[in-house]
Amino acid sequence: MADLSHMYREIIMEHYKHPRNKGLVDEEGYNKHRIKNPSCGDDITIQSKVEDGIVKDVRQDGSGCSICCASASVLTEKLKGMDVSEAKHFADAYLDLVAGNSYDESLDFGESKVFEGVRKFPSRIKCASIPWKAFKKTIE
Amino acid sequence: MKDYKCDFPQLNDDYVYIDSAATTLTPTTVIDAINDYYRNYSVNIHRGMYKQSYEATEIYENTRRKAAAFIGAKTEEIVYTRGTTSALNLLAQRYGNRILKKGDDIVVSELAHHSSLLPWQHIAAETGANLRYVPLDSEGRLIVDNIKKTLSDKTKIVALTHVSNVMGYLAPVKEVTELAHAVGAKVVLDCAQAVSHVPIDVKQLNVDFMAFSAHKMLGPTGIGILYGKHNLLESMEPLEYGGDMVDFVEKDHAVWKDVPQRFEAGTMPIASVFGLAKAIDYLEAVGLDHIHDHIVKLAKMTIDGLQSIEDVTIYNEHSDSGIVTFNLKNVPSHDALSFYAEENVALRAGHHCAMLVGKKLGVNSTLRASFYIYNDEKDVHRFLDVTKQAVDYFRTLGF
Ligand SMILES: Cc1ncc(COP(=O)(O)O)c(C=O)c1O
Repeated sequence: MADLSHMYREIIMEHYKHPRNKGLVDEEGYNKHRIKNPSCGDDITIQSKVEDGIVKDVRQDGSGCSICCASASVLTEKLKGMDVSEAKHFADAYLDLVAGNSYDESLDFGESKVFEGVRKFPSRIKCASIPWKAFKKTIE
Repeated sequence: MKDYKCDFPQLNDDYVYIDSAATTLTPTTVIDAINDYYRNYSVNIHRGMYKQSYEATEIYENTRRKAAAFIGAKTEEIVYTRGTTSALNLLAQRYGNRILKKGDDIVVSELAHHSSLLPWQHIAAETGANLRYVPLDSEGRLIVDNIKKTLSDKTKIVALTHVSNVMGYLAPVKEVTELAHAVGAKVVLDCAQAVSHVPIDVKQLNVDFMAFSAHKMLGPTGIGILYGKHNLLESMEPLEYGGDMVDFVEKDHAVWKDVPQRFEAGTMPIASVFGLAKAIDYLEAVGLDHIHDHIVKLAKMTIDGLQSIEDVTIYNEHSDSGIVTFNLKNVPSHDALSFYAEENVALRAGHHCAMLVGKKLGVNSTLRASFYIYNDEKDVHRFLDVTKQAVDYFRTLGF
């Protein structure tokens, strides 16, 4: 179970049980994107608001496995306040990190680093990726 | 009991394979038959005068005879397809399309696998026919009374799933067929799950069409059977046009071969047909009744065991097959699945290509363990042990 416990780190459980920025808002200036992976039940919507080239707010909602939900929660805290190109670059680096590709190691991943534990579980990489892919769609 | 495990080279000591409802493992005899085709023949059929082609054609056509005998059909009523899905699509496109008119009813149920639902949903939209869902009872079963209520003189097709791939329930096929025929409807039976453990006699059941896949009955992927009553198959146009399905070709028209060749355009998966023959041999040697008793016993043991573990929800306590569908309370099924995978226990999580059953159960993802002839009581114990560990593990994590 060593690999499994490397995946289910405390930070993940913390975000899973106490999700941040959960619930969408119905306000102007927000873009949202929903990604479903019906085969495993993940269904996440990310909503972002960009003002003056800065990601002013990120929200998330949906349901799914702990990895997917926690990753959405971590995302909202991590990307808020970045400028758009920085946020996009970060999301790409994160996606590389969890997929086991080479990634921009100079970035400060903070809590999002724990998701690298999914590398050992190829079928879970998608779970950790969905929210970040959805976020990228919101800033396209 | 005989140890069947040794016939399945995919298995090793600590690997517990309980995902047979998705696809069964392949016995050595089937693998050898596939290799036999490539090693000793590797020729096309129906076309060559040389010995290898002649013999390969014989095996291909003898397998059709064998498949016919296996389900009580006539040889010319057996159409080779890619599997259940393509058989049911062929039917909807070429039979449904011809007979359905605006206002007609197609009777289906939420228990259907998507392959037994979506072809009809599509053809309903195309023809203006309506899909009617038989209400399931509180246990999620299809019961005769509710079918009676759903049938009317507008019903033209009843698409029935013999054994549900999520709930493991057996449908009352004979009763449904009698009721359907009484209102002039045809019955299409999806036997994908049933064929591996329920003896089927299509004449006795009197169904009009039925379909199954070789890969769920120890055979290879890429091959399956569509059975249809001869006059009904005769009434259908081909879905694919090309080589090997025509008698005469003129510049502006062509004359199709008789059924079943009419539906087998192009080069078919010949090696898979070789394999199917050996799969049928294997099932007949073991005996479907024996397989059925064995897997029902293992499923029952599993359900009893799961019931004694706190924090497990079972969705089909009264399964009629080797299928057990459940969840660990508060643990998303894909989280649980990773735990089983780490322990080398292969089962499945998700909606199992039957999303409407999940809606009915109020969950969009479940865990499914499905047993077959190569499983034994030791596998059940391993599975239950791992389940206990998983419950403890996720509870400790705080799920
Ligand atoms: C009840 C049922 N019907 C149809 C199918 C489809 O079979 P195939 O994928 O071989 O076409 C399945 C397979 O999962 C099934 O369980």
